[in-house]
Amino acid sequence: MDAANPLPLKERMRLPRQRMPEQAPEARRENFAEVNLGLDAALARQEALRCLQCKSHQCFTGCPVGVKIKDFIALVLRGDYLAAAAKIREDNVLPAITGRVCPQEEQCEGRCILGKNGEPLAIGYLERFVADYERRVGQVGLPVKAPPTGKRVAVIGSGPAGLSAAGDLVQRGHAVTVLEALHELGGVLIYGIPEFRLPKQIVHEEIENLRRLGVEFRTNVVVGRTVTVDELLGPEGYHAVFIATGAGLPVFLNIPGEHLCGVYSANEFLTRVNLMRANEFPAWDEPIYDCRGRDVAVIGGGNTAMDAVRTALRLGAATATIVYRRSEAEMPARVEEIKHAREEGVRFLTLANPVAFLGDERGWLRAIRCQRMALGEPDASGRRRPQPIPDSAFEIPAQVAVVAVGNRGNPLVQATTPDLKTNPLGYIEADPETLKTSKRGVFAGGDIVTGGATVILAMGAGRRAAQAIDRYLRTGEW
Amino acid sequence: MYPILEARWLAPEVKLFRLQAPLIARKQKPGQFVIVRVHERGERIPLTIADAEADSITLIVQGVGKTTKLLNTLEAGQRVLDVVGPLGRPSEIHRYGTAVVIGGGVGTAIAYPTARALKRAGNRVLAIIGGRTRSLVILERELRGFCDAVHVTTDDGSHGEKGLVTAPLQRLVNGPDRPDFVLAIGPIPMMRAVAEVTRPHGIKTMVSLNPIMVDGTGMCGGCRVVVGGKTFFACVDGPEFDAHQVDFQILAARNAMYREAEQRALAEFRAQAHPPEECRLTRAHPELAPLAAS
Ligand SMILES: Cc1cc2nc3c(=O)[nH]c(=O)nc-3n(C[C@H](O)[C@H](O)[C@H](O)COP(=O)(O)OP(=O)(O)OC[C@H]3O[C@@H](n4cnc5c(N)ncnc54)[C@H](O)[C@@H]3O)c2cc1C
Ligand code: FES
Repeated sequence: MDAANPLPLKERMRLPRQRMPEQAPEARRENFAEVNLGLDAALARQEALRCLQCKSHQCFTGCPVGVKIKDFIALVLRGDYLAAAAKIREDNVLPAITGRVCPQEEQCEGRCILGKNGEPLAIGYLERFVADYERRVGQVGLPVKAPPTGKRVAVIGSGPAGLSAAGDLVQRGHAVTVLEALHELGGVLIYGIPEFRLPKQIVHEEIENLRRLGVEFRTNVVVGRTVTVDELLGPEGYHAVFIATGAGLPVFLNIPGEHLCGVYSANEFLTRVNLMRANEFPAWDEPIYDCRGRDVAVIGGGNTAMDAVRTALRLGAATATIVYRRSEAEMPARVEEIKHAREEGVRFLTLANPVAFLGDERGWLRAIRCQRMALGEPDASGRRRPQPIPDSAFEIPAQVAVVAVGNRGNPLVQATTPDLKTNPLGYIEADPETLKTSKRGVFAGGDIVTGGATVILAMGAGRRAAQAIDRYLRTGEW
Repeated sequence: MYPILEARWLAPEVKLFRLQAPLIARKQKPGQFVIVRVHERGERIPLTIADAEADSITLIVQGVGKTTKLLNTLEAGQRVLDVVGPLGRPSEIHRYGTAVVIGGGVGTAIAYPTARALKRAGNRVLAIIGGRTRSLVILERELRGFCDAVHVTTDDGSHGEKGLVTAPLQRLVNGPDRPDFVLAIGPIPMMRAVAEVTRPHGIKTMVSLNPIMVDGTGMCGGCRVVVGGKTFFACVDGPEFDAHQVDFQILAARNAMYREAEQRALAEFRAQAHPPEECRLTRAHPELAPLAAS
């Protein structure tokens, strides 16, 4: 494969990592269009030339779904982008999405040998490049389907876990129906991650590909309300069920004033904009509190917090501030997101913990009372535990606050399926390999099992579930 | 798409729809609701299920904002884009003894199925229904069909007793026939007033809350209400709560959160509107023209 690279190893190591072309910060903070513009073929080649094609290929072991990275890079060097995309698709059915939202710095790129003395290969940029090429030329090759097995599988939830399981299951000849509570398909990819990071058109196209493959989608079905798991396995005639309902229950801070007008959960704030397009009100009907000229504070330090704070800027906020109780080093958000947020003018107030939301006489938020924090000993997560500094209270003005401190599992399915085992946090217990739950014929994966994680881990779970479901349907063994 | 089987006006601005929705019809219980989206760029609004048959559900819609007014321009033969449900917890139906069911305005439609379920459970059911004026009192005939008594009040005295629903309630509470259970559904000031009438007597009183909702599945937390000092999500923990514990002030403030935006949307909708009514829909949303014509 390495024949495609004319450069000796030493020279490859001297090449600099290519930069992602971006919209300028001043321009992009005014619009919802995608920030990263993508590499062109010349830049992609330039970057691919850096790959050492090393034997150990640590990048592969760093990928949660085992994409054969050095093989697809070699195909990029040959200029055969469609073959490169097909190579990725063998292990990852949503490359245009993961190329944009995966935390590569902790996965494939985090393991890349080039990173030891310099910057790692930009694997994510290259993945995105070939996936976009494939989309542009409109040649997404549909895989061959196995002959029909006569078995029916219900997939609950249309996020990345549900979509990847559905894709694999139809390919194996099973009839698959995806049941989704909302009116649109895609889960967090649609209602959570903003347009400026992941254009919705891409998600729509991937779902269309699955539809062409034969997956049946039914929106407006809330399992646990419209229909129960027992009904799916009984009168509805499904032979297996895969629960992929995500971690969609917002956690609040439980501090005074949380009910004030202007205080949102990140889920609500992002859903109003991403799913309901409140940023286009009144052309779209759903409103959002007018952020123009206002001070918006977002509480939390993860991807969701960064998405919310950057959304607030784009809605016209005068100031948009991250309030986080640890220091920047502990922030779980992707490095790129923090960098982008800072470039766009987001302020960071770290080592500060909100203790109360303060309102005016009409019940509207006007300020947040915070407490200064210091970092103590590491806690269970390995991050240093923040501790309040006595008598350090101070106020920051805010008319809008977005609480982005995490989610729990939505209990609707569990509450109506009594023989489904859950853990104390409300997540469903499933075997890590087979994703079998305590209930025969029922599998579960993605955020509803792990708690809030990543798109690629959810997809990986969907894939493993599809294998196990296929085995169960063929052998009948539990 | 959910076909409209029947559409008729019950009162000015109040319209009854029967929608084909077999899955929801089969599952729904009194007190539950659906979330509806009328068109491609529409918002999601909760509407209580007023009744159900084998494969259809009945919704009663009061035109107050853009979405409900737009919905009320639809006729039988047309379709509603999205309907999801049944959502929320069903009303708790027990054999209490004497149950008083109070409906204010279109709240009567929401109380109606629960009133019937209470009757079926063996309660003596007394209804008190009110409205600003005669034409706004709805479902009186239907309620008289099974209730043990129906009291009507209007603000202007044009029908029944002049005054508020709390007057007959006060008499019942003070009289020999002291109710064992009260359900009140209507505008926030009415529900709050009812709570104050029954509180001193310790009569179990439930109200159905109508906070602003988005998903209706517990995902956004926008519908949170404060009851007994604790936060609940009305769409999954409610919509019915103990009236004596509800913080109505917070509910009222939160429901006013988008008032400016709502008024703007309504003004723009009205500006586009021309008689005949049917045209409003397609004027606001030309992409629906083929649908409206069908
Ligand atoms: C704002 C935000 C930004 C993020 N950014 C990133 C990122 O940059 N990179 C990354 O890797 N990860 C990111 N994540 C995490 C990632 O999105 C999730 O880990 C992933 O989407 C989980 O996939 P899932 O399929 O398990 O669940 P979800 O995507 O949550 O999908 C679950 C679906 O199930 C539906 N559902 C729930 N209950 C029911 C029911 N009872 N009946 C029917 N349907 C139901 C829901 O409506 C939803 O559509 C982000 C998350 C958020 C919220
Ligand atoms: S409406 Fe979103 S949680 Fe209730």
